[in-house]
Amino acid sequence: MLSRIGRLGKKAEAEPIPFDESYYLASQWQLIWRKFRRHRLAMFSSVIILFLYSIALFAEFYAVNDYQQRHVKYAKAPPHTLYFVDEDGNFHLRPFIYDLKQELDMETLQRNYSEDRSQRYHLSFFVQGEPYKLLGLIESNIHLFGVDAPAVFFPFGTDELGRDLYSRTMHAARISLSIGFLGMVTSFVLGCLIGGVSGYFGGSIDMIVQRVIEFLISIPHIPLIMALSAALPHEWSSTQVYFGITVVLSVVNWPPLARAVRGKLLELREADFVMAARISNMSDMDIIIKHLLPSFASFLIVVLSLAVPGMILAETALSFLEIGIRPPAVSWGVLLQNAQNIRSLSQSPWLLIPGIFVIITVLAFNFLGDGMRDAADPYKQ
Amino acid sequence: MKNYILQRLVYMVFLLWLVSVVTFVVIQLPPGDYLSTYISRLEQAGQDLSDEEVDKLRAQYGLDLPLYLRYVKWFGQVLQGEFGFSFDYQQPVKDIIGERLVLTFTIAILSAIFTYAVAIPIGIYSATHQYSIGDYIVSIIGFIGLAIPNFMLALIMLYVAWKTYGMNLTGLFSPEYIEAPWNLAKVGDLLLHLPIPVIVVGTAGTAGMIRVLRGTLLDELNKQYVITARSKGLGEVKLLFKYPVRVALNPIVSGLAWLFPSLISGGTITAIVLGLPTAGPMLYRSLRTQDTFLTATLLMFVTILTVIGTTISDILLVVVDPRIRMERAAE
Repeated sequence: MLSRIGRLGKKAEAEPIPFDESYYLASQWQLIWRKFRRHRLAMFSSVIILFLYSIALFAEFYAVNDYQQRHVKYAKAPPHTLYFVDEDGNFHLRPFIYDLKQELDMETLQRNYSEDRSQRYHLSFFVQGEPYKLLGLIESNIHLFGVDAPAVFFPFGTDELGRDLYSRTMHAARISLSIGFLGMVTSFVLGCLIGGVSGYFGGSIDMIVQRVIEFLISIPHIPLIMALSAALPHEWSSTQVYFGITVVLSVVNWPPLARAVRGKLLELREADFVMAARISNMSDMDIIIKHLLPSFASFLIVVLSLAVPGMILAETALSFLEIGIRPPAVSWGVLLQNAQNIRSLSQSPWLLIPGIFVIITVLAFNFLGDGMRDAADPYKQ
Repeated sequence: MKNYILQRLVYMVFLLWLVSVVTFVVIQLPPGDYLSTYISRLEQAGQDLSDEEVDKLRAQYGLDLPLYLRYVKWFGQVLQGEFGFSFDYQQPVKDIIGERLVLTFTIAILSAIFTYAVAIPIGIYSATHQYSIGDYIVSIIGFIGLAIPNFMLALIMLYVAWKTYGMNLTGLFSPEYIEAPWNLAKVGDLLLHLPIPVIVVGTAGTAGMIRVLRGTLLDELNKQYVITARSKGLGEVKLLFKYPVRVALNPIVSGLAWLFPSLISGGTITAIVLGLPTAGPMLYRSLRTQDTFLTATLLMFVTILTVIGTTISDILLVVVDPRIRMERAAE
């Protein structure tokens, strides 16, 4: 084992950057893109993120059933199993499911489900089903996949009211993913403005802003977020609560961002090009926006992409505790409310599935941020 | 050095005062107060209060005063070591939060120890074995710890304990020990319940810690002093622990400053899910019932714990890093 330490000095063998003409002519962003492309995990993560956001945009298309509809006959049904081989041992290329039959155990009063093997229901892609409006504009009734009526397909099972967990998870992506994004944009604006002013002017303004930031950072996040979101009035509509939570998340998240911006600005403030701009009588705001911010845009993007997962996690936790997004609006955290105690969890463990989406999203954003950090660092080979 | 510590302490006191103001204002933000919730509950039960009775109650709880007077009155009590009266528990706040705060702090410290105990060996391993299979496996586990919401990890661990051992490990004590006086059996019971919260809260910070340690150590290992030491025939293990690891531990020490708030934060949600008798669940309940003084006191103490943790890490960093020490001495 120890002999391996000897090899530490060498970095991983990276593919050499091709030293052709285009390399010298490439702009900053082209260079970053070249490096980023070689970071496989980050590339893969960005595909995942694009896919997840496509779910958020086209949730109705990905969903199988109406996400609010209660299938009374299938309350707390487990996920359907996909079969390729039928009872007689014949192989089918198209996977199929069996319908579920509910039985009530008279002793424990639990619902048990058994498969009705008499009839196969084959799965098909692009089936016609519930009509919906894509993006609120285009009318359609095509769904990505589904089975023929009268069977109902529950890929992730159902909750205690018999609502299709899969379709709910798809719809929940909307709030869960957009709140992270919106919260990031808001704290980005706040952080850049306040951090920018603080770093650019320095002196007593800087002093005051820094103390405020230190103060805000020293209050533990979650209790503060809890206190603020518990302050949202009960009679607010789902949309109001949604924006309320976004504001709460950004209020808590801007200080670290402002601090990072300030640090970088202090570094750049002394640069020659800033002096040149000042001599040519450019206004302070213009210098900040036109010269300073673009010169560390790549740094900002990295910080931002690493801020998104924190917000998504915070929203999930808040909604899980019933002080975040409120039903009937759905987010992944709201869906996880069903799995709040060990009893319902041991009866229907599939209720945790929405959490897997949270984990995938957070992981993807982390890898993406890592990849961008490596790509944006000009000194890193 | 002494001046520096003194300066930090003065600043800490100022910070705590600010916290008391902000928390008091924040919890007054929601419309209505404890009394209005209480009255509507009484009305639902078919009991009607006359306006006079309501006014009397309001005066009794001090809710008829304007916000700043309520604050001044409360803060005056705080200075005397009283923290007001909890409407919900019908007891002085002082009497009900003590044990919970001790448990909160204990879990945070145990989680910090867990984080370091896991992160430091793994960080060193994955830096010295960069791009090996072990490095990848460890990184993946670390990342999952980072990505999985605390409460979900807690639920999964409860579920596994329930399925495999048939044990319900919610809370910190089994029901028969909750009211029991402290003895060996109760301590044993506590030790059985502690690992889940400690692991759950600890894993969240581990990944970040491993990443920082791995990164700094890799940078250090490329430096010339390492080559020099090696060329002089120093053994690899001695070399590793004598120089690069020591340097790489600096950011880990300063990491305590952000680790501690996140442990208290993470601990809040975990404690609610696990039903631990710590500050988290109590805060959650008091926020929902608008139990003003209890909320303000809890928020304040949770922040105090954080600020203490941060201050300790600041001072520790000065002790550990000679460069910072020199800087301070020069000032």
